[in-house]
Amino acid sequence: MRYTQETGVIIEKREIAPGIFDVAVSLPVIAKAAHAGQFVNIICGDYLLRRPISICGFDPEKGTLRMVFEIRGKGTKWLAERETGDTLDVVGPLGHGFSLVDNTKKAVIIGGGIGTPPLLPIAKFYGGNATVITGFRTASAAILQEDFEAAGAKTILCTDDGSAGFHGFTTQALEKHLGNNECDIIYTCGPKVMMKGVARLAEARGIACQVSMEERMGCGVGACLCCVCGTKGKDGDAQFTRVCLNGPVFDSAEVDWDA
Amino acid sequence: MPDMSVNLCGVKLKNPVIAASGTFGYGMEFNEFYPVSRLGGVACKGTTLKERQGNPPPRIVETDGGILNSVGLQNPGVDRFISVYLPWLKKQGTAVIANIAGNTVEEYCEMAEKLSGTDVDIIELNISCPNVKHGGVSFGTSCESVAEVTSQVKLRSKKPVMVKLTPNVTSIGDIAKAAEDAGADALSLINTITGMRIDIKTRRPILRNNTGGLSGPAVFPVAVRMVREVYKRVNIPVVGMGGISKWEDAAEMMIAGACAVQVGTANFHDPFACVKIIEGLEEFAKSLGLSSITELTGTLKEW
Repeated sequence: MRYTQETGVIIEKREIAPGIFDVAVSLPVIAKAAHAGQFVNIICGDYLLRRPISICGFDPEKGTLRMVFEIRGKGTKWLAERETGDTLDVVGPLGHGFSLVDNTKKAVIIGGGIGTPPLLPIAKFYGGNATVITGFRTASAAILQEDFEAAGAKTILCTDDGSAGFHGFTTQALEKHLGNNECDIIYTCGPKVMMKGVARLAEARGIACQVSMEERMGCGVGACLCCVCGTKGKDGDAQFTRVCLNGPVFDSAEVDWDA
Repeated sequence: MPDMSVNLCGVKLKNPVIAASGTFGYGMEFNEFYPVSRLGGVACKGTTLKERQGNPPPRIVETDGGILNSVGLQNPGVDRFISVYLPWLKKQGTAVIANIAGNTVEEYCEMAEKLSGTDVDIIELNISCPNVKHGGVSFGTSCESVAEVTSQVKLRSKKPVMVKLTPNVTSIGDIAKAAEDAGADALSLINTITGMRIDIKTRRPILRNNTGGLSGPAVFPVAVRMVREVYKRVNIPVVGMGGISKWEDAAEMMIAGACAVQVGTANFHDPFACVKIIEGLEEFAKSLGLSSITELTGTLKEW
């Protein structure tokens, strides 16, 4: 049985930015099986659909899973209202995650807003060989900078309003970085328009790029075909592929951004 | 111990719980939670003659007590269903129901012919998909077209034919009778109810297809009423579905007249929903002292 339904207790909870929560949940089976870039599906109160939440960290020894999520709607609001000691019904780990191949290579990691959390395990893998470029609306919305630094990664913070770090988009910071530095592989998660820009910069330079896609999800395991994204088939034909099972992480060359 | 098996138009199901088409793929994914051999049957993802890519996303949105979906029959086509998915599912040891949807009567017939030479147990005629431009629900909304497609498929099929009805009609009883008179071996209902959700900021429908099919607990009372109405009009077995999420719902549906049930949307909330419903029904039958679960069917005492 590849999938687990596990009841986990919340052991830690912090609001790390307005409306953004960092929780640690005791989920020994899922934590042991988890891989960077995967997600879990959580029941949120009386809402019918589980909410897919990306995995920000996992500790197989302690049996804990770390998730950083933002209040986006009713389900995540319910989740944010849970306290330490409360239990959650969690299914996971789900999806095809990031490929982490060789930590002697130079990796550049680009996160946009709440797309940033699933990138932390990548930075931990590459350590000093990782450069992390993250973008947020404003300084108070910036998250996880200390975590990336603790992993040994070099960080470049960008804000839309210039209230902290580089005043501009992550794609501008990336272009500048690639002009002066070596890069073997790029990883990205964030708004679709940002990832599309990152993918273009990577492809123009022949750098491998892995992107983590998002779509409204049903079953979370690949059965219902609701959460598809556009991809290019073998013959370059447009096709729809399941984000929950074949993704969320895809090779950027596979993605049809205009579908 | 009560006998949980039911006979659905000559096919023995080990219990009356079938995973509903479109929510369960071909059983491979849910087999990673529990062996799908636990189920009475699996109604496979709607299959078309040729491969279909389906509708662009978003394809799903939550509603109060339900979901709207507009997948649009994405599937690999009947040939790959037969060569790749059917052999795997058949090997698991559960009844296999092939759900077919055509653009034309001839397409339904061609698929029924292809499936007649396979291990499929029952063909479910999908004349009720609300998310495709051609075929689908357009066959299911008039007595004449229901009779036409049913009788033509019956001529070409060597497998029992179960006709899946849409609730988007004025009189489901008349449609059911037309299917029975045309030779249907069983009926299954209800498919989804057409609906829409709108993003008030963008003033656009949330689904890219504009409309979608409503399922989940919100439709359950409608489904119970329609199953009852159809049960009273026909003499062939009725399989009830629409918003069943717990064993009590399945029992309610059987009392209304269903000989078996299909469970769909509930699988998204609880991947073990079908198993829990089977176990709950068995306990219920035991507590009533039934020797067979079939004793429940149609026992409603109407006022």
